[in-house]
Formats: sequence, C-alpha cells, structure tokens
Amino acid sequence: MPEERTYLIERNGLTLKNELDASSPKFLRDRYAIAGVGETTYSRGSGRSTRALGTWAVRNAMRDAGMEPGDIDGMLSYSGNDSTFAPFIAGDLGIRLNFYMDVHGGGSSTEALVGIAMGVIEAGLCKTVAIFRAMNGYSEVRIGGTGARSAPPVTGDQLHSRAYGWQAAGQMFSQTFMRHMYDYGTTPEQVAMVKVAHSHHASNNPKALYPKRVTVEDVLNSRFIVKPLHLMDCCIESDNATAIVVTRAERARDCPRPLVLIRSVAGRVCKPRSDMHYQHGPISTVAGHYAKDILWPNAGLGPGEVDITGSYDAFTFTTLLQLEDYGFCKKGDGGGYVSDGTIQLGGKRPNNTSGGHLCEGYTHGMSMVIENVRQLRGEADDSCPAGQDGKRQHTFDYSEGGCRQVKDAEITANLGWAIPGTGSAMVLRKG
Amino acid sequence: MAINTEYFGMPLGIGDLDLENLAFFRYCAEHHFHLQACVECELFRYPPTTACPWCGCLESRWMPVEGKGAVHSYGEVHHAIQSAFRDHLPYMILLVDLDTQLGRPTEHEALRVAGNLTLPDGKLAPPEEVRRAGIGSRVRMVFTDVGEGISLPQWTLDQDAGQPEAPWRYPQE
Repeated sequence: MPEERTYLIERNGLTLKNELDASSPKFLRDRYAIAGVGETTYSRGSGRSTRALGTWAVRNAMRDAGMEPGDIDGMLSYSGNDSTFAPFIAGDLGIRLNFYMDVHGGGSSTEALVGIAMGVIEAGLCKTVAIFRAMNGYSEVRIGGTGARSAPPVTGDQLHSRAYGWQAAGQMFSQTFMRHMYDYGTTPEQVAMVKVAHSHHASNNPKALYPKRVTVEDVLNSRFIVKPLHLMDCCIESDNATAIVVTRAERARDCPRPLVLIRSVAGRVCKPRSDMHYQHGPISTVAGHYAKDILWPNAGLGPGEVDITGSYDAFTFTTLLQLEDYGFCKKGDGGGYVSDGTIQLGGKRPNNTSGGHLCEGYTHGMSMVIENVRQLRGEADDSCPAGQDGKRQHTFDYSEGGCRQVKDAEITANLGWAIPGTGSAMVLRKG
Repeated sequence: MAINTEYFGMPLGIGDLDLENLAFFRYCAEHHFHLQACVECELFRYPPTTACPWCGCLESRWMPVEGKGAVHSYGEVHHAIQSAFRDHLPYMILLVDLDTQLGRPTEHEALRVAGNLTLPDGKLAPPEEVRRAGIGSRVRMVFTDVGEGISLPQWTLDQDAGQPEAPWRYPQE
C-alpha cells in the first residue's frame, strides 16, 4: 500500500530507507526508546502497599527520564490479582492519562507491553507511556504459590492440573525441564551454572537481595523442591515495584540519559495448544522457538550480534531453554552454553548481569529490562566510584563487590517467559 | 448440575455451564475414561475443550479411550504447596503418552494425560514405588474417588506390561 508508506514517512519525519518497508512489521525499528527506568528497593517485607510501591517506582522512572507528571499520558501494568491498577498510581502522582490498560499476566508481559506502548503511541492515542509492575511477592501474594495463590477453588481447566498437586510454577514446568535432560543429556551440574553465574553478577549489584556467590555444589546440595529443581534452581520471592518509560525516539533524544532504542519486540508468542502446551511436542522446545522468527527479522540482526542477554530466570532451566530456542546456541546445547563461561561477566555474552530473579529480586521480568537499559547507557549501578563529572568510572574488574558494567555494550536481548508455551522478547540498542 | 466437593484440603468443583468437564468427570465417576472425538477429523483431544484443536469443529462425541501408555516426563514434588500433600512426599506428577493416537496428527503429538503416580487402589504412591518409575515406564489408568460425582484419572505402574529395564530418572536421588 504505497499511500500508507508515504503517510508513515511524513508522520515520523524520517527518510524511508531501503530496509524499511511499511508493509512489514519492522518499520518501527529504532523509532521508539526507553527513556526512563526506575525501581523501589528490593525487600522481603516491604511494609507498604503495592500502590505505594508502584507510585515509588513510576516516580523514579519518570524522574530518570527527566520528565514531569504532565509529560506522561499513558500507563500500562500487568499483574495477577496481586497489585494496584494504573489509575491509582497515576492519580497519586498527578498524571492525567489519555490511555491506560491493566492486563493479566506475569513473566512474558514487560516486552509485550512495550510493543503495546509503541502501538498506541503510533496510533496517536497518547505520547509517552509508563509501564509498571508492583508486587508484594513475598509478604502478600507469594510467587512460590503458597497462601493466596493456592486458596481459590479448583475448577474448570485446573481440575486437570491443580487437583494433582500440580500448580506452582516449578511444578508446572518440571516435566519440560526433566524432558530436556532426557532428550539432550543436560546435566544438573550444567544447569546449576546459571545460578552460579547470576550469583556472581549479584555480588556486584548493591541492590541485590542475595548477593552471595554460590558454587555448583551449593546448588546441588540445596534441598529438592520439585525434581529436577533444587531450592537454588528457583527464583527468590520479594516485594518491589519496577517501571520503565517508553516514548518516541525523537522525544527521548531530549531526555537527560543516554539514548536506548527499541530495535524489535515479540509479544506473548505461543506454542500450539496454548491452553495445554504439553500436548504439542517436543515439550522441551519453548515459545522462543517461534518468537525468534519475529524478533530477529524485525531487529535486522541475529543472536551473534547481541552483547548481553536478559533471559528470564524464574528457574535456572528457563534461562537455558530460552537461550537455546532463541538461537544463541544449537538446540540441545544449552547445558554447554550456560556452563562454559559465556554467560558470566567477562564472558562473551553475559546473561542477567544484575543477578536476575535468582538473586537480585523477583519482578516478573521488568528488572532485566531495566538492567539492560542501564548497561547500554554505560551506567550499570555497581560500586565503582563516581568521577568528577558524577558518572561512574567503571573498572571492568568483575571480582566480588566490583564492577558489573559490560564494556562497549551496544545490543541487548531480553527473553521473557510466562510458561514453556508462551514468551516475549525485545532487542534494545545503544542510540 | 454443578458438582462441589473437597480433595486434599482443596475445594473442588465443576460449574453448571462447564459442560465439557461435567461430561468428562461423569465418565470418570464410573471409572471410565472417555475423550471427545471430533465428528469431522475424528481426532481425540485432551483435556476437554470446546472445539477441535486441529480443525476447529465445534461438534464432538465422547468415545472410550484405553487408559494405557508410557511416561513422557514427570516432576517429583518434594516440597508441597497444598498442605494436605505434605504427608505424601515425594509425589509424582506424570505426563503420559497414551498409546491411542500416539504421533498423530504430527510426529510430536500425543494425548498427554496428566496424573499422579498411585498404587492400583488410587492412593498416592509411596516413596519406594516412586523410585521405580521414570520416563518410559509403562502405566495404566486407575481412578481416585474424590467425592460425589468426581473421580480423578490417575496412573499406576502396569504390572502386565513389559517395563523398561531402567526407566530414565533424574540422576541425583
């Protein structure tokens, strides 16, 4: 549709390059940015409501973007009957909304909502969107599945799951993980290296709740929760809120922080039979297998060009499976990939440099996006001393308590996981 | 008519309008295993759905399916979420590939039916029985009577079938 292409060129005020084709989804490549990021303290026992936490995080992200309440007119959030809706957060901060939406969901939401934010801004519904996730995942609705999460009556589809004591995330995913070991010979020692790597990263993150470095033996000697998961294969439960601000690239250029552009998004891509994905094999293949065919073509690059990954680590295994299915290594070689040093700081492609959900705090994915934004800005908030210009002088010494900034980071990928059958992803680049 | 009962400390119910699950569990209550077969492409599906996942046809008929198969994968719970399961640790959550319709409509598909590993009487399997089961184990379906109108399909090791010499189990016991 030539007319539509002309419209897009005028609207964006940019020259149409050969690679940009308005008839394909990739025409928004680099047109949007994450202008601000922010979070609360990570804690176990916040002593505050999710409303207070959400307000705190959105305010931090807004200020990070150099914005005032009047600069934000869109808001998105995600939750599972455990949070506060956008109008209350916006109301508390004096933000008048032209658009908002609160969606149900967890770990595949951040990247998908970035895509929605881009879409509604592009459609003219609003101009700048704050996205937040506020949760008391330890002190109110526990992420591990005890308490409120196990209380509702077992009805409908859950008669075929919860009735079997099959309901917490680790229980639900255990068959996928186990089958991966069976199919590909993945070993417990290899898998444990994900926790080892992330704990090393957390030891250089003053925000992290669990900054202690652990060994493979520590992981394998921790008690079983549900085989093949030991306690240390599982993420932590924490109370916190996280927020990001999405706006047009040209608007973001006026913001104080270094520019971080959104290169590509894939949102809640599903395997067949999204109701009961185990019906479609191989069950050791996850949604990334499908999402990669949207993510990489839209980004115009492939996994080989990515400097840092943020692969959802609800469990050690989820990181491994996603890295594999997004093509960072051959299918089945994930065990080798996560245990050969590649994913550690100082390695070829570090993963979850903040320590992620296994060590920093559990945020349903948003904290890994925040971390990658800071990495691309060159502003990882480690313990390196500030110089005279107020900026951190990164040492790139990754020993315990030291630096966690990745040198010359230009491209990052976030891989978000809801269940084995559903995932989202996003590629960011330094502006 | 709606069904409401309790099992392992969990309220369990089927609503008036959940016709598919009402039908499924009506058969289970009689210790029969029936699945919906599409009236057009004739493929079975599990669990109950409102249309055929392969052709979208809304019409189906309930047909008997043999409750035999092999363990495709499992999880072995050592830390219970629901407190009533704490007395039965570890317990297994199996995904079983039924012999019926295995590898159809594509090579990677099967009717993968969930359930716990139980003894032939439908009670959760004790630890020594759990250690005998793994990927590849041959199992047959039994039922656990939960309450009025609800029995759960479960799996027990099939003594009459040839078992693999050593079913695959997680390497760390």
